[in-house]
This record gives sequence, structure tokens and C-alpha cells, in this order.
Amino acid sequence: MRRNAVAVVGAAETTDLGVIPNLSQIGLHADAALNAMADCGLRPKDIDGIATAGQTPVELAQYLGITPTWIDGTAVGGCSFMIHVRHAAAAIEAGLAKTILITHGESGKSRIGNPMRRVDPQSLNGQFEQPFGPMGPPSMFTIPVMRYMKTYGVTEEQIAQVSVIQREWAAKNPRATFKTPITTDDVLNSRMIAWPFRLLMCCLVTDGGGALILTSAERAKDFKTRPVYILGTGESAETPMVSQMEDFTSSRAFRVAGPTAFQQAGISPTVKDVDHLMIYDAFAHLPIYGLEDLGFLPRGEAAAFIAGRNTAPGGILPLNTNGGGLSYMHSGMYGMYALQESVRQMRGTAAAQVPNAKISVCHGVGGMFAASGTIIFSNEAP
Amino acid sequence: MAEPGRALPVPTPETKHFWEGTAAGELRLQRCDSCGKNYFPPKPFCATCGSRKVSVFKASGKAVLWSYVIHHRPVPGFKPPYAIAVVQLAEGPRMMSNIVECEQTPEALQLDMDLEVVFEKQNDTITLPVFRPAKG
Ligand SMILES: [Zn+2]
Repeated sequence: MRRNAVAVVGAAETTDLGVIPNLSQIGLHADAALNAMADCGLRPKDIDGIATAGQTPVELAQYLGITPTWIDGTAVGGCSFMIHVRHAAAAIEAGLAKTILITHGESGKSRIGNPMRRVDPQSLNGQFEQPFGPMGPPSMFTIPVMRYMKTYGVTEEQIAQVSVIQREWAAKNPRATFKTPITTDDVLNSRMIAWPFRLLMCCLVTDGGGALILTSAERAKDFKTRPVYILGTGESAETPMVSQMEDFTSSRAFRVAGPTAFQQAGISPTVKDVDHLMIYDAFAHLPIYGLEDLGFLPRGEAAAFIAGRNTAPGGILPLNTNGGGLSYMHSGMYGMYALQESVRQMRGTAAAQVPNAKISVCHGVGGMFAASGTIIFSNEAP
Repeated sequence: MAEPGRALPVPTPETKHFWEGTAAGELRLQRCDSCGKNYFPPKPFCATCGSRKVSVFKASGKAVLWSYVIHHRPVPGFKPPYAIAVVQLAEGPRMMSNIVECEQTPEALQLDMDLEVVFEKQNDTITLPVFRPAKG
């Protein structure tokens, strides 16, 4: 085993997902954290490091009764939790903490203890984007896609296929919010949100949470859970303004975070090396950008790859096997749920388990192509 | 009571020249005096080379339609459906804007179509740059 390797030993989501009217946002963090501690037989006094986004790590440490020697409040949107995993692995390797808890909770639907944020009119977003009528991610994250479609000749039907295929995965997951199969026509005929994006090309809005506990791979052997080792990690950032992306057909943050993780893991973004893949799908175009920017496919080929059922159940590259943000759940910062599904696949406990999967790649986005984090897991010790 | 209008910018010391420009009927960009890069949004240094030696200049106002969505949900100050666009300015930078004097349909809004800036006064201090199909 590689010296200083790190593993996930505790992992859990909130007891419920969907509409949770009886818990505030910090309560969702706590529910997930207590479930993760129960998963691996730890109590708050056993935790010496804490990372979170949405709430501050100070709030969580006090709320859960933790006295940390290491804290991380990186909050860059939905991929914050991938970045927390990266920072936590480095902290454990460096001896800054022994047992790190990462929590997420978000009252995205019920909005209890989660006030609506407004864009500061003095910020660059407030001055140079907000006056032109966007209202949150559905009308912003989608703006680059027309340029992608024209550049590569991709059709609305192909983008709709992403939603159709992810619903097939969701149908296998009892905890998925939407499980009823849909067709391309269902997607194209669903309510128009921001042309060319229809409702069924956009993520859900739900309540929920999740938590992870990391420790050294050496110590991981003492836990009852099957260790899930961290092989490689990456992170990056590009711009808080979607209008200022360098290239509307590709995310620079993806192109930095992904290869950094693959290089560290010593594997390549190929079907041969990767058994299972999660790509944060706040909207249907994200798996397309992700497959290309991570290096699985040449630019312009991912939409046809997905429509060709390569990522569907039975395909060569199982992708978003929980159903994704489009069908499983999406609280606002979905990254934690992608990580949970990667951990389940590596433990062999996923509802739609990929047989004999040994390596899982989990790729997240923050904001609207603003930031990115990539984690590569394995159930075999590095 | 008047209906609530669209969100309006509040200029900062670093962006004041831009908003004074639009109020005067000019689209003002910045150029690095050290490396020659044209850039937007406004700031008092060049992020390409780090130089603080930068100048403000008047842009041509010519642009092409780079990408967009047609928003169908209600937003204060807008009547759906309306396009939220990013335009590619002739000088290089891109900016978010709206397309006016044009049907808000996929058929009318073709990527790479030629555009020109027009100025929409919102109040005594704020005028927004929007774009219309170029008149040649
Ligand atoms: Zn310069």
C-alpha cells in the first residue's frame, strides 16, 4: 500500500431525500453526519477535522460537538465537497488531522434556514450580467450551449437523450425522486424554461444532505466498512461570470481538475481504466462537456456517445448511475450525492451496482462552469 | 405603483468609466499599454500580464451574436420570452446583453449574425448597452 494513502471509511446521505419539512438546513447536515458516523462506528469526539460548504465549518463543529485541529470552509458551489475530499486527503497525509468529516445539507426545496441569496449589484455579476435578465442557473448555465451545438452540429434530440438515459438509471434506484421512464418526446415537449432547455433537461430542486468520513488507509483497516481509497484528486476555477468563459464549448476548470486527478491516479480517461463515472449534471449538457473535458472523448463526440447508449445501463461506461441531478436528487450543491454514489459503487452496495467495478471517477462543477473538482476512487489499496 | 424594473448595476470606482461611457453613448473597453490586450469587464490592471498601465478606449460597437437562451420565465422588467445573449465584440472581449429590434425566436436569432450596440437609458445614472441587428 502507498505510504500515506487515504480512504473513505464512513459515508451516508440524510435519512430522507426529497421534501424534508421537519429539518432546517443545519439539521440536514447533522442528520447526514450522524448517519455517516453510525456507518463507521464513530462519535463526534473521534472527529478532529471538519469541512463543509453552505454552513460554516465553525457552525458545524459547534453544532456536532467537534473540537477540530483542521477546518476547511471552501465554498465554491456544488463541487465544494470534491475539493473538501482533496484537501482532507492532503491534510491527513500531512498529519494535520486523523479523522475528517465532510458534511453537506441543503434545504433547497423547503428553504428552512437557507435564505434566498441575491446578487450584489456592485459585484461584476451584478453589474454586467444581472441587468440583462437572467434568473439563476436555468437561464445562465445554459447560455454557452447554443455555441456548442453550432460548433459540433449537436441536436436538441441528442441533448434530450441525456435526460432519457439518466432516467433509466434512476428507475433502478428506490431513493430516486423520479423513476418513471421518459422518452425523447417527453423531454422535448416538457415546459420550455430557457430555449433550447426544457424542464426535463434541468435538475430537480429537493432537500437532503450527505456526509463522508476520511482517515488514513492504514487506520481504515480497523473499521467495519469496506475502505474506499482515494487514488487521485484535482481542482480548479475559471470565472464567476458564465459570459466570461474562455471557450463556450469547453470548461477550462474541467480541463485542469480532471487531468490533475488522472495523472495522480496513474490511470487514463478510458473505458479500459475506468469502471464507473459520475459527472455532475445540473443540466443535460454537463455530462457532454464533462466526457470531453475529462478526456474520455474527442471534442464534439460526447452527445453521440451518450445517444448511442454507451453510458446507459449495459453500456461500456456506466455514467450517473444514481440517476443524477436530473432524476435522483439535486439540493442545489449536488456534488455530495455524486460522491456518495461513487462510494456505494466501490463498496458494492449501489442500487444499480456496476458488476466488479474497481475504479470510479467522480467529477463536479461549482457555480456555472465557475469551479471544478475531480476525485478518483478505488476499492483496491493503492 | 410602477411595476418593479430590471436589476440595475451600481458602479464601483473600478467600473465608473464604463457606466459614464454608456450614459454618453459610448461603449468603453480597456486596453493594456504593456501587452496590448483588449479586455472587459472593467478593472484597473491587465489580468493577462499583471500590468497596471492600462487605458480606456471607445469600442466600435460592432459585435456578433455568440450564444444565447430564450428565457420563458417571468423576471422583473422583462416580458418573456426574451433572449439573454452573449455577444462577441469586434475588439475581442465578450459581454452579456440583450438583443433588441429583433424577434426573440430561434429563427430570427442566428449565431454569428452581425450586431451593433444601442444604448437604453434606465435612469439618470444608468444606461445599458444592448445590441440590435447591424444595419450595414
Ligand atoms: Zn497586459
